[in-house]
Amino acid sequence: MARTPQTLFEKVWQRHEVCAESPATPAVLYVDLHLVHEVTSPQAFALLRERQLRVRRPDRTLATMDHSTPTTTAQLFGGAPIAIDAAARQVRELEENCARFGVELLGLRHAQRGIVHVIGPELGLTQPGKTIVCGDSHTSTHGALGALAFGIGTTEVAHVLATQCLLQRKPRTLAVSLTGSLARGVTAKDLILAIIGRLGVSGGTGHVIEYRGDTIATLDMDARMTLCNMSIEAGARAGMIAPDETTFAYLAGRPRAPVGEAWERALTLWRGLPTDPGARFDREVAVDAAAVEPMITYGTNPGMAIPIGAHIPRRPGDPVFARALEYMGLCAGEPIKDQPVNVVFIGSCTNARLSDLRTAAALLRGRHIAPGLTMLVVPGSQQVKRAAEAEGLDRVFLEAGAEWRESGCSMCLGMNGDVVGRGQYAISTSNRNFEGRQGAGARTLLASPLTAAASALRGRVTDPRELC
Amino acid sequence: MEPFRTLTSRTVVLPAANIDTDQIIPARFLTTTTRAGLGERLFADWRYDEQGAPRARFVLNQPAAAGCQILVAGPNFGCGSSREHAAWALSDYGFRAVISTEIADIFRNNALKNGLLPILVKEPTARWLIAHPGASLGIDLAACSLTLPDGSTVSFPLEPFARHCLLEGLDELGFLLAHAAEIDAFERRA
Ligand code: SF4
Repeated sequence: MARTPQTLFEKVWQRHEVCAESPATPAVLYVDLHLVHEVTSPQAFALLRERQLRVRRPDRTLATMDHSTPTTTAQLFGGAPIAIDAAARQVRELEENCARFGVELLGLRHAQRGIVHVIGPELGLTQPGKTIVCGDSHTSTHGALGALAFGIGTTEVAHVLATQCLLQRKPRTLAVSLTGSLARGVTAKDLILAIIGRLGVSGGTGHVIEYRGDTIATLDMDARMTLCNMSIEAGARAGMIAPDETTFAYLAGRPRAPVGEAWERALTLWRGLPTDPGARFDREVAVDAAAVEPMITYGTNPGMAIPIGAHIPRRPGDPVFARALEYMGLCAGEPIKDQPVNVVFIGSCTNARLSDLRTAAALLRGRHIAPGLTMLVVPGSQQVKRAAEAEGLDRVFLEAGAEWRESGCSMCLGMNGDVVGRGQYAISTSNRNFEGRQGAGARTLLASPLTAAASALRGRVTDPRELC
Repeated sequence: MEPFRTLTSRTVVLPAANIDTDQIIPARFLTTTTRAGLGERLFADWRYDEQGAPRARFVLNQPAAAGCQILVAGPNFGCGSSREHAAWALSDYGFRAVISTEIADIFRNNALKNGLLPILVKEPTARWLIAHPGASLGIDLAACSLTLPDGSTVSFPLEPFARHCLLEGLDELGFLLAHAAEIDAFERRA
């Protein structure tokens, strides 16, 4: 009998089952790569110390620091102390934990440090068919290369450190089928905001999404990562894209990608990963990617997004909606375009890779941002920073009046002191517009790097198609 | 972990949908390196004003909330960031169960690992609970049932292994460690 056709997810899952699930117990799932950062790991290492356990596979574990680290060059390289004591303590604690447990650390001043979801793919550690976890919900980013990658809590971080395994119930599968090419001025960020708007912020709960369809072939790896990154914003555990020639070309020659014979063997394996014809998904949703317009959020969750030229919807009788608009200081029925903004943030694991910076710089080149506006450009990793500098992008940003920083999560979550002021409006290329996410009382409008750059020039929400 | 068998308590209600973990515990409090003491920061930006004074209108600051161990919340509770600090903050504050029609995946996992019971109920039950803050409820974990003040019961789903661990006060790490031989064998095959 022919083998039952399988989805990409099912293939990766099955290859990592140490013990299959039963009605009484979840599956024991093997983890190929465990990424660790300073904020969600201290309590996990503490648990190991308490139980006198070691890290089972330090060779499958990589730590870095990104969430609470400073982005000013003075604090990182100029000898100035880390301004926030508690952040300095977390940094120290990770250094100590990694030393004690034998875990490799790309530490504060390491040339390969960066946002954990940017450096995994960049180093070539993220590979098709791997299982990857991290104590961070945007671990879904790595799925862009055909890995099964998802976020876990700190207790689970301890589980993986100690056993390299997790207890997991098998999630359901959701196919998001995309057709057509993105229009001019439209990016992967707009596409994922449109998809989340369609699915709803909990529409993916309990599911692993596979993004598929003819649109995928038109997207480069950075765009695919942007897409998978925000899967969690639809409630999904993971987002995946089948590996193809674009994926292989991206990985070839990366510092930690396989070489020689191992590369050939890996390629054979990777080519067998895409979903088989006839495989079944638990749910399917179709999205016309060609029809997507530049998107922007107006509310306090990523599902509250509209095309940039649209009006903020009215939802009379919905107190939660009313509260969101009150927090945002915006009115139902009004256009979002031309809303004045105070801050523009280009950064985060969603949109701070080299192509994102190039896109923004192309618009800013030879122009200046609006007076009174603060603009922060924070590369996703130190490697992205150096690559951008090699092309002169830093000069473009600085001459336009923006700040050019060292890499990290920065204003995406405002843990390191890079915050948006109370009541201020920020256009942000990050992934969450929750109340207070970018600082207490901050008002976040999520958008693409293109829309962010266009809006920076005018100091108000601007349709990038008017400028590019 | 303390075993969880039964619980009788009044409820606190936060009816909003999509209460994310950034609301439950804002990021600026994640610089801690321990689990303790986060209860004070629970819902910090809703609970305290800019000067740090309690906002009288917020439900946790009202006298009726004192001692309540069950939180009833709108759909998709715990969405967003994977920070386990959200579950730690809720349990450190004193909550032992969260009831909603929908609970986000990662938060639900984190809650279970900290003896905080995530209870999923159907729409009509949720509507009733939201309309009756302070209702006294009984939870019987072995039976997976919730008893309403009128004596009627509704059952709730819970993954059998998670239920077993909660009832016995077991943690999953012990279970995983006991699989060392299978993990060794897997690593040899791979
Ligand atoms: S950039 Fe933002 S979303 Fe990404 S890992 Fe850092 S804090 Fe999380």
